[in-house]
Amino acid sequence: MHFEYQVTGGDFTNAGSTSSSVKKTLKQLNVNPSIIKRTVVALYEAEVNIVAHAYKGNIYVDIEEDAIVISLVDEGPGIPDIDKAMEVGYSTASVSVREMGFGAGMGLPNMKNNSDKLTVTSEVGKGTTVEIYNRLQ
Amino acid sequence: MKKQKEFFYHALEFRQDLCMGCSHCMMKCPTEAIRVVRGKAILNADRCIDCGECYRICPYGAISVRQDDFEKIYNYKYRIVLMPAVFSAQFPDKITSDQIYSALLSLGFTHVFETENSIEFLIKPYNDYVRRHQEKPLISSFCPAIVRLIQVRFPTLTDNIMLIKPPMDVTAMYIKKRFEQAGIPWNEAGIFYVTPCAAKIAGVKSSVVEDGSLISGVINMNYLYNKVYREIKQKGFAKEDNAESGFKFMTRNSLRWSLTRGELRIVESDKKLAIDQIQNVIDFLEKLENEDTEDIDFLELRACYQSCAGGILCSGNKFLTTDRANRRANNTDNAALNKTEFEQYAPYIEDNCLLYGKIQPRSIIKLDDNMAEAMKKMKRIHEINAILPHVDCGICGAPSCQAFAEDIVQKGSDIKSCIFIQKILEQNDKLDILETVDLMKQTWDVGKLDKNKMKELNKEVNI
Repeated sequence: MHFEYQVTGGDFTNAGSTSSSVKKTLKQLNVNPSIIKRTVVALYEAEVNIVAHAYKGNIYVDIEEDAIVISLVDEGPGIPDIDKAMEVGYSTASVSVREMGFGAGMGLPNMKNNSDKLTVTSEVGKGTTVEIYNRLQ
Repeated sequence: MKKQKEFFYHALEFRQDLCMGCSHCMMKCPTEAIRVVRGKAILNADRCIDCGECYRICPYGAISVRQDDFEKIYNYKYRIVLMPAVFSAQFPDKITSDQIYSALLSLGFTHVFETENSIEFLIKPYNDYVRRHQEKPLISSFCPAIVRLIQVRFPTLTDNIMLIKPPMDVTAMYIKKRFEQAGIPWNEAGIFYVTPCAAKIAGVKSSVVEDGSLISGVINMNYLYNKVYREIKQKGFAKEDNAESGFKFMTRNSLRWSLTRGELRIVESDKKLAIDQIQNVIDFLEKLENEDTEDIDFLELRACYQSCAGGILCSGNKFLTTDRANRRANNTDNAALNKTEFEQYAPYIEDNCLLYGKIQPRSIIKLDDNMAEAMKKMKRIHEINAILPHVDCGICGAPSCQAFAEDIVQKGSDIKSCIFIQKILEQNDKLDILETVDLMKQTWDVGKLDKNKMKELNKEVNI
């Protein structure tokens, strides 16, 4: 099953709506609660990253019996050093974003902890693609 | 299946003889547990969480709350009434707690306790629990409707529910211990809990306490309110006497416990939040399920607006009740606690107040146990949902187009029950008027579609 969602940069009010929708679908499919939790936490982080850093993005969700693959493709500034971004505490978020309780610099490591496989590719000045792969059984 | 029914005891009863098939309850139910079939509201026991929203909204009094026969108290030599603090707070100011106490004795009880008599004992175990457990935020297990809501709609959060016995069970334990120490055989004593809501009844009859509840029976609060009020009116009773009642053991903490923010007051953390009213709770839990919320330690969640003061079986106005309960609390000191008594029972309560099991998820959201099957169903539901009008009018007998699409796939409901689909079919000569009337009758029975209403209609319609 394939689902697509759009995310607008800077729209914190609706950040998390994709996560809610995916969560509902996984609940209906009777996926194990702890797998739902992992998947939704990783997706939420990634979704908020688009809102916080990019201009806009698309989220593509593919659910098969054995696994869920989520691709988050954004148009944005990109990540200059992905290895560094994976370090706990590293953050590029602006002061105003931090004041809203986001951008504490835990995003990518937390996503990695909650994914079976996390792939991040990025091109500076163009955008970032994050792929979350989680087994469902 | 059978086991699930046993677990989910329901105190709410739908009276077929009074139900007008108005569908108010169906539209209000937070777990979409109600459908209209042949003009009557039908409850799905697996989905119902006993929150009582249907009872609150029913314009015809067609939903009642099952209680034990009052005469059952006479099966016991020692007849203990266990009432929440919001009970006495419903009476007008001119009626004193001593009068209420006298009336309860006059009605046949031998001992009077308040449900929150054990709150002071629970403060330490509560805070130890919050400190010890990593699964944050911890969600209070006090409101049984909330526990059930989480089981059926938020299965990922069941591990966050605090495994501490509810105060009514802890107080029952405390009473039993007191009686045993006084040498009274426990089989001669019966505890009768006065409930402000349907959920608490379900919480006694299918208790979260693994070895069963110590409570022998449940009396509805509105029923006892009437009985006590009448007794006071008829017999007077002294406004002040020296009655040695359970009223005397209450502290400020215990008096506020069942009000909104009552639990928050005793939890030693800055990161805590209280939410009341079922829809507010649902909205918050939806949010909580998505996000990493490491910054909340404790959540007090209550199904009723103004918590237990707003229970469906409370006779008084919820704001006045809250105000009276607060005033009584303000006039009571936490130092009112009997220190000797506290030290005598605290260790016993501390050792026995935890639940040792686990609150199991009982998802109503899942479409099928088998994932491949669930995916097939989901695809069909999406397809059907796309054709439906999204008016959520309820004419099909389901609360929303989405729920109806699910019913078509899960329960074989007929898509032709949708009045908009009927119009589409009629325009294409696939359905005639008599067939549509038959279809409507399957949901609404004859009454609302009676052909003989034409006489009255002639006056209204120029045809």
